[in-house]
Amino acid sequence: MSNEVEKPRKRISYLFLAIILVTLASSAVALYQALNEYDRGYVGNGNSLLLIGGSGFALSAYMLFQTRRKTMRLEIKEQPVITTIQCKKCGFKNIRDFQRGDYIFKETDPCPKCNEKMSVASIYREVEEKH
Amino acid sequence: MLTSQVNQIPTGGDNIIGWILQIAWLLFFVVFMFYSQRIQLYIMLREIEGSISKLKHFRDEGRKSAVQTIKDIGKPEGDPTARVDQFLEYFTVLPQSMDPAGIVWKVEHLLDVMDERFKDEAKIMAPAADIAQTKNIELTLEVALDLNYFYKVVRHFYILGKKTLSLYVIMQLQMVLPLIMRMAEAYSGALKAVTFGQPIGDGAGALVAAKLMQGYEKRKIPKDCVVATVPFEERTAYIIKAEGPGGNVGKPGDAIKQIIEENDGKIANIIMIDAGEKFEGEEPGEVAEGVGTIIGGPGVDQFKIEETTLKYKIPVNAIKIKEDIGDSISPMRKEISDAVTVAIDRIKRVVRERSKEGDTIIIAGIGNTIGIGQ
Repeated sequence: MSNEVEKPRKRISYLFLAIILVTLASSAVALYQALNEYDRGYVGNGNSLLLIGGSGFALSAYMLFQTRRKTMRLEIKEQPVITTIQCKKCGFKNIRDFQRGDYIFKETDPCPKCNEKMSVASIYREVEEKH
Repeated sequence: MLTSQVNQIPTGGDNIIGWILQIAWLLFFVVFMFYSQRIQLYIMLREIEGSISKLKHFRDEGRKSAVQTIKDIGKPEGDPTARVDQFLEYFTVLPQSMDPAGIVWKVEHLLDVMDERFKDEAKIMAPAADIAQTKNIELTLEVALDLNYFYKVVRHFYILGKKTLSLYVIMQLQMVLPLIMRMAEAYSGALKAVTFGQPIGDGAGALVAAKLMQGYEKRKIPKDCVVATVPFEERTAYIIKAEGPGGNVGKPGDAIKQIIEENDGKIANIIMIDAGEKFEGEEPGEVAEGVGTIIGGPGVDQFKIEETTLKYKIPVNAIKIKEDIGDSISPMRKEISDAVTVAIDRIKRVVRERSKEGDTIIIAGIGNTIGIGQ
């Protein structure tokens, strides 16, 4: 495992690419044919070909989007964590980002108001709910 | 008959394009008739591939975090990567349960051996780390090990499914994959918390006990626990929690047993507080109460507490702070931190209602005490 060299890989199979290209080409031909049919006055045939061509384009665009999505970079979300430091005597509060070594009830610097020892009252993360 | 059906499909008429489209439709039907299952199988495999690459990323991040933390805190002489890689392959063989009598003690022995082994590994890898840091490194390694396991299990069934082209192997994997991914994402979220020593959701019970014992003298009791004797609502309360602030759950079963035996069984009530899994739709940080020994893990501590409380006929009340699996191993949410005050109010009410003035009671805060002192 330690010898593995990590490189961002972009593996899209040739068969998959060929399918997308064939679908795209067929859709283009169908759309061209649709225009011809409209010119000749066959509106029904034109509509059918337009539908087939449009669907083909949508399908190939979706497949292309899927291949792009697959190669997107994965990241683990950073979760901001807050440390609240409180003076037990006067209740003065200091809220800051968590620092390595913080723990609940750890004694910290003296209170800037009353010079009493302050301690970490809570450590938490705030979560924004997705609605 | 098929030809007449095909003729009804709207195409471009009787020109060459129309014929091509008719043949394409025909081919489409034939392919789907014979290969639909195979196509479905490949679609499933592609979905699983996506999850595997995500799991691999989590595994790599876990490994990287473990190595980096050991380098930063432990100041090892050499590169710890090879040792970390060895650790990630660690396994445990559970005792044989054909004759289940006495299995609790076998499991306990195995867990003790595992605990010692993990501690020693962490110490060897990070010689400069203090006790709390060693415990956090041990926990980081355990999270990395779990992430490695998730990845390997899913990859195993994926390759097996691909080799056998069995729809049922692949389908089973695809069906459980959302749950596995949910757990793996929760574990990956826990990485930073354990490497930095932040309190996690599972520590809600320990935080309640820590708040109750603040300012009172504490003593250590086996194993890896602390107890303080606190006057509480005109009763004498023994407050128990695992010793922090390093990542540690202790052995509350032994601690509670010892306090009961020190008092010759004269304990009016035991109140246990722990973080517990919530149902979907419930809010994190909701507090609920009930009866019984509320404690997770493999069951050894629960068994010991139940044995001792049964022997002395001591009622056990439980208070649960609700959260989901992700919250229990991620940095503690504000809602859970705030729920501690609510839980303390509930304990006070339970104590007033379920015991008399002058009684002796035990209040045990269960859970991992990482990032929580006392």
